[in-house]
Amino acid sequence: MAEKVLMKGNEAIAEAAIRAGCRHYFGYPITPQTEIAAYMAKRMPKIGGTFLQAESEIAAINMVYGVAAAGMRVMTSSSSPGVSLKQEGISYIAGCDLPALIINVQRGGPGLGGIQPSQSDYFQATKGGGHGDYHLIVLAPASVQEMADLTIQAFTLADKYRCPAMLLADGTMGQMMEPVILPEPQTSAVEKPWAVTGTQNKRPHNIINSLCLRPEQLEKANFERYEKYKQIEANEVLYESFMMEDAEYCVVAFGIAARVSKNAVISARKNGIKVGMIRPITLWPFPTDAIAAAAKQVKGFVCAELSMGQMIEDVRLASACTKPVLLCNRVGGMIITPEEVLEKINTLAAL
Amino acid sequence: MEIYIPCEFAVQIAGADCITRFEYCFRLPTEVYRKNPLLQRIFQQEKRFMIHTAKRVSLFCGHYGSGKTNIAVNYALALKASGKDVRIADLDIVNPYFRTKDSMDVLTQAGIPLISPAYANSNVDLPALPQELYGLVQQRQSYAVLDIGGDDRGAYALGRFVPYILEEQNYEMFCVVNFYRPLTQTAEDTAAIMREIEAAAHLPFTAIINNSNLGEETSAYDILSTCDECKKLASMVNLPIACTSVQEDLLPSLKREAEHRQMKEINFFPMTLQKKYFDIEPFDR
Repeated sequence: MAEKVLMKGNEAIAEAAIRAGCRHYFGYPITPQTEIAAYMAKRMPKIGGTFLQAESEIAAINMVYGVAAAGMRVMTSSSSPGVSLKQEGISYIAGCDLPALIINVQRGGPGLGGIQPSQSDYFQATKGGGHGDYHLIVLAPASVQEMADLTIQAFTLADKYRCPAMLLADGTMGQMMEPVILPEPQTSAVEKPWAVTGTQNKRPHNIINSLCLRPEQLEKANFERYEKYKQIEANEVLYESFMMEDAEYCVVAFGIAARVSKNAVISARKNGIKVGMIRPITLWPFPTDAIAAAAKQVKGFVCAELSMGQMIEDVRLASACTKPVLLCNRVGGMIITPEEVLEKINTLAAL
Repeated sequence: MEIYIPCEFAVQIAGADCITRFEYCFRLPTEVYRKNPLLQRIFQQEKRFMIHTAKRVSLFCGHYGSGKTNIAVNYALALKASGKDVRIADLDIVNPYFRTKDSMDVLTQAGIPLISPAYANSNVDLPALPQELYGLVQQRQSYAVLDIGGDDRGAYALGRFVPYILEEQNYEMFCVVNFYRPLTQTAEDTAAIMREIEAAAHLPFTAIINNSNLGEETSAYDILSTCDECKKLASMVNLPIACTSVQEDLLPSLKREAEHRQMKEINFFPMTLQKKYFDIEPFDR
């Protein structure tokens, strides 16, 4: 009936995935992302898809591995502790160059932590998590609309580069409700000649495997994969630049922290402080060039994140430590306020 | 936030100097109308049809995220304001976020006792119900407002109290509907979910509340354009539409628009939107 619908972030991910042609979902419930599984459980049987509540997160990611090898769009979702469990499977998927989508609706950690929002899985998402040399394409939404849009983008990029992608959201994004305009369902499937779909005696076997018997082979596979990563870094960086034209200070924040920071930037501008914001949308590839360019323009950075300071390392690297970078953070499920960010901006301006 | 009210009220309330002209009505800052007894009387007056017909036990069920908690809290506040002795209970075993407990301060201030699970709004996601709930359904001296979890999964929690509710035969079970939610966009889909809830609760619905909204972006047009679908649902499941619940700042424009379209049979239930555990500003301003 309606063009616009009112959705929770988690529901927006699930519906967008279905519209992107994902017909296979495997997961295991965990707060604050269980709505994704609940939504899939309701919708998948009606559209000829598969919803399966696996016996564990590890089982779920290995089911994803299987479906991805067969060339179908597939996803799993979890929250921080569950994503830790999936790391072995993610490494295997990366090692086999398979496209798949992993959703992490982050909660506070480490350990069992709590069920309230957090961004402390940045390292895990962007710098490995599992073993071996690999990257995930990591996208960080900052609104329910972006939860939908970036889910589709993640599937597209995963297929384009044959690599796993991750949507790194947080409990707030998953739970909050906002109006969403959903994209039209995609009808054309991507050609995947490498997929294990049965030869029908018409072609040689396709082999999906992350095991290389000879070290020379494994080295070659790694080098080739990193050539692909170079392309991704060159072509797929996404970020939002807000009020940066004349900025003397720059806030760097993603996801929910960026949303809060935007208000702080507006307040600071009203107080006459020329501050802007760079919001990385892809966390890997990180908008290194944008930060490097900003470092030449501004007097310093405030990095706002819901962790003990993880993305701040990438900001310092990108700016080559040429300018001060202050951390504005809350952890454990607490969310930073615009006032707290504003205070850091003031501190930076007073340096 | 601002409220649009007819000009004759605006002048009475705020004086002509603090108001600016805006089409057919006037803009008032939120602080003015929240504290204004006349406006509060107008809103309370609007709710009278719901209060007059109130049963001893009122249950709010419906699809996940349809707005049950918000309506339950506002309904309890309206009952209390009309002089009734009322208690409210949180029976949500599905969602650890967005709970009745978010409105703890408002309820306490109004003198409405809240019965809520011990771990609500903590870091422990434990769906255990407090024993005081039995008192609420068994002792019949005060009005009881029960906020039930979403879908059939939420309604299961009701099962153990149903024998007492049926024995008393003085209950109203509202189905809260939002036609802008993705899985209840049509009367057919909503009716299916209603049947699932009834089966899980072992209790039939008695009325529908149309709570169609798009969050902060809701306009009068958005609400009124769901009325036909809601009527269709009502005739499909053979239940009355108790009211159309709306954010109170939309009420004047809604009434005007409804009058314009000659939709006179709609009962509006104006609500104060309850503060949530995390309230985040809209992103694009």
